[in-house]
Amino acid sequence: AMDTDLSSQDRKDLDKFIKFFALKTVQVIVQARLGEKICTRSSSSPTGSDWFNLAIKDIPEVTHEAKKALAGQLPAVGRSMCVEISLKTSEGDSMELEIWCLEMNEKCDKEIKVSYTVYNRLSLLLKSLLAITRVTPAYRLSRKQGHEYVILYRIYFGEVQLSGLGEGFQTVRVGTVGTPVGTITLSCAYRINLAFMSTRQFERTPPIMGIIIDHFVDRPYPSSSPMHPCNYRAGEDNGAVYPSVEDSQEVCTTSFSTSPPSQCVFTVTKAHFQTPPPVVTDTLKVPVMGLAFSHQLSSSRLSYQPAALGVGSADMGYPVLFAGGLNAAHPHQLIGPGKEGGVPPVPSQPAHGTQADQERMCTPLDGVHYSAATPSSSEDTETVSNSSEGKSGSPHDLLETIFIRKVGAFVNKPINQVTMANLDIPFAMFASKNVELEDNDPMVNPPESPETESPLQGSLHSEGSSGSSTGNTHDDFVMIDFKPAFSKDDILPMDLGTFYREFQNPPQLSSLSIDIGAQSMAEDLDSLPEKLAVHEKNVKEFDAFVETLQ
Amino acid sequence: PLSSRCCAPASAAPAMNCRAEVLEVSVEGRQVEEAMLAVLHTVLLHRSTGKFHYKKEGTYSIGTVGTQDVDCDFIDFAYIRVSSEELDRALRKAVGEFKDALRGSGSDGMGQISLEFYQKKKSRWPFSDECIPWELWTIKVNVVNLANEQERQICREKVGEKLCEKIINIVEVMNRHEYLPKMPTQSEVDNVFDTSLKDVQPYLYKISYQITDSLGTSVTTTMRRLIKDTLAL
Repeated sequence: AMDTDLSSQDRKDLDKFIKFFALKTVQVIVQARLGEKICTRSSSSPTGSDWFNLAIKDIPEVTHEAKKALAGQLPAVGRSMCVEISLKTSEGDSMELEIWCLEMNEKCDKEIKVSYTVYNRLSLLLKSLLAITRVTPAYRLSRKQGHEYVILYRIYFGEVQLSGLGEGFQTVRVGTVGTPVGTITLSCAYRINLAFMSTRQFERTPPIMGIIIDHFVDRPYPSSSPMHPCNYRAGEDNGAVYPSVEDSQEVCTTSFSTSPPSQCVFTVTKAHFQTPPPVVTDTLKVPVMGLAFSHQLSSSRLSYQPAALGVGSADMGYPVLFAGGLNAAHPHQLIGPGKEGGVPPVPSQPAHGTQADQERMCTPLDGVHYSAATPSSSEDTETVSNSSEGKSGSPHDLLETIFIRKVGAFVNKPINQVTMANLDIPFAMFASKNVELEDNDPMVNPPESPETESPLQGSLHSEGSSGSSTGNTHDDFVMIDFKPAFSKDDILPMDLGTFYREFQNPPQLSSLSIDIGAQSMAEDLDSLPEKLAVHEKNVKEFDAFVETLQ
Repeated sequence: PLSSRCCAPASAAPAMNCRAEVLEVSVEGRQVEEAMLAVLHTVLLHRSTGKFHYKKEGTYSIGTVGTQDVDCDFIDFAYIRVSSEELDRALRKAVGEFKDALRGSGSDGMGQISLEFYQKKKSRWPFSDECIPWELWTIKVNVVNLANEQERQICREKVGEKLCEKIINIVEVMNRHEYLPKMPTQSEVDNVFDTSLKDVQPYLYKISYQITDSLGTSVTTTMRRLIKDTLAL
């Protein structure tokens, strides 16, 4: 009874619009989470395939998945199309980040013109979706994926399930379009609590069969530099890239990694699973392979060489390459200076001991940009970890060290308030549980200045004191009192750390403060007439001066 | 209020049914350009179509609008814009002028930039065409000065978060599906759309800006008055 007023042609058109709108919605969302910048060209001459007058490429696998989920149906009341975006770490832990919902409600707009207004409003809604997908927290996470985690998507049709988003999730509405058969609503519910739960609460989700879509079987890596307006390569279609569904576990929905294409190298074919290895290892293998490949990319920029990897490189084992990836040059180097790549950024203040260690670890070894954690230089690993933590480190500890100083993305706290207890840091699970670390850090807790009554007194009596400054008779060595600049001042006893912290935030110069600036400007302006008068009086002198210059 | 406009409109005040939206941001000096571009591009993404190609019998087909991601250098933020170098250049030029004006002439770092969408209404000679605004976006900017690197880092993140909110606000307004000019016939298309670009077709728009000094008045007014007084000696 709802659509008696709608002509059959209009009805057909409307259904087509909604179907393609749903497919394009999925494309926009998934593409926005691949971790790459998207770029499509405007074209003044219309091509028949650009739905809604927008250049949105179609990744075949994504269309395939969306069609499978929809199974010939359209969003209707109680039957929503949902795109779930989740994050999965290399250890198999996963977390839902967003649910994008395309819903239909009963509110009909009978007056609206299908072929014109509805179509244009759907186009507008897609533009809004393009904009909104860049401003939810998962966007930035997805741009940094590849090393420690990947972003996955899952499409389902039916009832919206928001329970996996954690407490206090937020909703943003992208928009609505009224149609004669109901109102289409597009919205996103996203997690704001990005902390991983403590390991106690953590359930290891059954590893999703790591079906990684390799978009680019046998395709050379595009040699163009990132500055090229990118043509999204997924357009090149060949049916061979579809995963063989039989390999997946019996789940009603399949998950696919949306690792950026430049890292997607691992094709899952039957051959690799001849002797079914433990599934856990498989899941781990993938990012490792990705990492190995990305190293190659970043060091050589040569054409795609999947053959160089093969299954063999997986034998190198997880810990090595994983840690290696931590410090490698960033294959996802974003365009423009000062961008962070796959590693969550360490705050720019160098006031922490780990920063120095970080720099050391980034030194390329044996030319392949692996970190110190390669088997051949295990002692380097030890050295680095030791110096930073005071305990013998496996590469996993390197991970822990780095994350400590990270202020969580989207944590609304000034940096100096972040403490180890604050689980708002993403990947808090990676952070060292050894809280003493911070205590051991001389930059945080400077060693006690030696107790002297007064510094002056101390220095006056240094000659007489039994101290390291005097060469002892029975020593061949002369102990020199190490006095780094600002370490000990005659006036103030303080060491480098204290000095740095004290003077890091100097009060603003009073002459630069706004009030005084404005005042003096007003004063200056007021005094202008006087000054002009004086100058006018001395005109003759000035003229004479000018003459002498000529 | 003084403003520098690209063309002189017959009516200075917005028309009664002109929708007006105001956004406010506080940014560091070097973030002004990127923040303004992000907002302006987001609005124009929603207010641009593909090029129209009129066919016989008054029908037309519409070209395709491409989009591309932009990363900000001074703000932890990314946005998407229409793929049109001409449009980008035009916006950058306007924003560059605004930024220079903000920096100079002893301004307190406060100003606003406006993006106005209008329709042209042809008048008979000797009257010039009227520009009738139907949507006005105003971005109020407050430039802050930061003391050290730590504050700058926090500012990067904070401004990024604020801009995310602004984008969501813009999308909300767009979603209201309020007045939009009727789709024009071929003879009227230049009264509604800017057809000068080769790859996309935004609605007719103009960008203007104002700088305010700490006393709330426009700086140029104050300077002019002072100089006049001085010369009156």
